[in-house]
Amino acid sequence: MINPDSLPAQRGITCSDLTVGYDRHPALHHLNLQVPAGTLLAVVGPNGAGKSTWLKVLAGLLRPMTGTVSGLSAPGQPGPRVAYLPQHDQADRSFPVTVLEMVTMGLWHAFGAWGRLRPEHHDRARQALAAVGLQGFEARPIDALSGGQWQRAQFARLMLQDATTVLLDEPFAAIDRRTTADLLAILHRWHAEGRTVVAVLHDLDLVRAHFPTTLVLARRCVAYGPTAEALSDAHWAEALALHEPFDEDAPLCAPAPLSTATPLAPVQA
Amino acid sequence: MNLADLPLIGPFAEFDFMARALAGCIALSFSAAPVGVFLLLRRMSLTGDAMAHAVLPGAALGYLVAGLSLGAMTVGGIAAGLTVAAASGLAARNSVLREDASLAAFYLLSLALGVLIVSVRGNSVDLLHVLFGTVLALDSATLTLLGGIAVVTLLALRLLWRPLLLECYDPQFLRSVSRLSPLAHYGFLVLMVLNLVAGFHALGTLMAVGLMVLPAATARLWTRRLLPLLVLAVALALLASTGGLLVSYQFDTPTSPTIVLALGLAYLFSLMAAPQGALRHQRPSATHYRA
Repeated sequence: MINPDSLPAQRGITCSDLTVGYDRHPALHHLNLQVPAGTLLAVVGPNGAGKSTWLKVLAGLLRPMTGTVSGLSAPGQPGPRVAYLPQHDQADRSFPVTVLEMVTMGLWHAFGAWGRLRPEHHDRARQALAAVGLQGFEARPIDALSGGQWQRAQFARLMLQDATTVLLDEPFAAIDRRTTADLLAILHRWHAEGRTVVAVLHDLDLVRAHFPTTLVLARRCVAYGPTAEALSDAHWAEALALHEPFDEDAPLCAPAPLSTATPLAPVQA
Repeated sequence: MNLADLPLIGPFAEFDFMARALAGCIALSFSAAPVGVFLLLRRMSLTGDAMAHAVLPGAALGYLVAGLSLGAMTVGGIAAGLTVAAASGLAARNSVLREDASLAAFYLLSLALGVLIVSVRGNSVDLLHVLFGTVLALDSATLTLLGGIAVVTLLALRLLWRPLLLECYDPQFLRSVSRLSPLAHYGFLVLMVLNLVAGFHALGTLMAVGLMVLPAATARLWTRRLLPLLVLAVALALLASTGGLLVSYQFDTPTSPTIVLALGLAYLFSLMAAPQGALRHQRPSATHYRA
């Protein structure tokens, strides 16, 4: 169903001097990072570390205060597509649509707002539903799905988005083991197909078992590189020391000279 | 046999004003009821009610400038509705106030201003016109306006269908795949204002929102699927407005409250009898499927 050869030539994601925040208080501070195309990356860190904020910026839904992100196209723009699964999805599950209709919208790139929905689109949606183990659920209203089934349906929609970069914000929160294992298999498939997959996670054992690369965030980059090195006890302790509430009296941060804004290769202290 | 002798058709065949009233109600049912369904699904039914009041000062200003002129009152009503929608949207986006508080503030301002203008310059007959509409005195120009608004509404809903649906049930997803989220949101608000102005001419500011909210709420009690919901809402609006017209003709009651009360009866009945009404937890089904 998904043809890896159709993926456009990609150069990965580059964040240069990226600062993002709310009310001038940065949630992410001067992030310099290069994620090569095809990386399967776990993002870990305590609450308030800026993980979700970073994903929103990558998804093009939040504008940085300073700095740039390159290598990704904004929503609805031509270029390598980005698919984004938010942490607290704001979906109104009482809305009267069926699982099939909801999942078919993953093919938005094929028909847009005004193109014709063809039988083949529904066929592909059925295949995606089968791939996530939701065969037979096509005609159900979305409010009849359990939490795990809803997450499976969201993954089916993500598969159809056929994106070069997939951003997942805590995809396995409140999901049972079997469903997690099934969805992880899909993640590995995306990785094998050469897609860049970035997932925010809290289960460090799961990260060690499944993710070759890890980014430890605590408002800034604490460590980034192969999981075994990046996720060391020392780095983790450093991340946990993050002082969570905004310091209301924080001094103004002097702008970083642009010359320091060079992308760092993986493995960095 | 004479058409005029039949109790259901007679008044419409005999009197031109009844035929016009019916035509106006049909046009309104086809546009206001679907808009009401989306208001319901977006949990904006009270927004519709507030906006119906917000339309008043524009219409009153139009009246002040040009008397009971269709064009002036329509343009004024649309302008006032869009202004309040935009102003409260801006306030909600940029201040700490949420959508409900900022909308309430702006519509109250708007309503007070409207009542002030009407009472300073108009007489009580005019005020009644504005508050309760003139469905029994629709002229050709007004009918054309109602028909035009119905056509525009149906075309726009067809055009906005896919983005609007996503904007209703998964706005985050829509924003992540396209830039149409604002178009869906504001386009729908414009449709709502247009239909409130149409309803205002027929039913008056107080009752205009009735043909939007009540058929949608009633239909929702019977079905959980979207297309049947839309069809049922339009059918209910048609039925209640025709019935309301006939009753008000036979018993000489004010037309627009009669129509809204007819819708209200259908709503109250459905609340008790419909599968998703108030009693749905009281009658557990005798059978259930295997686990």
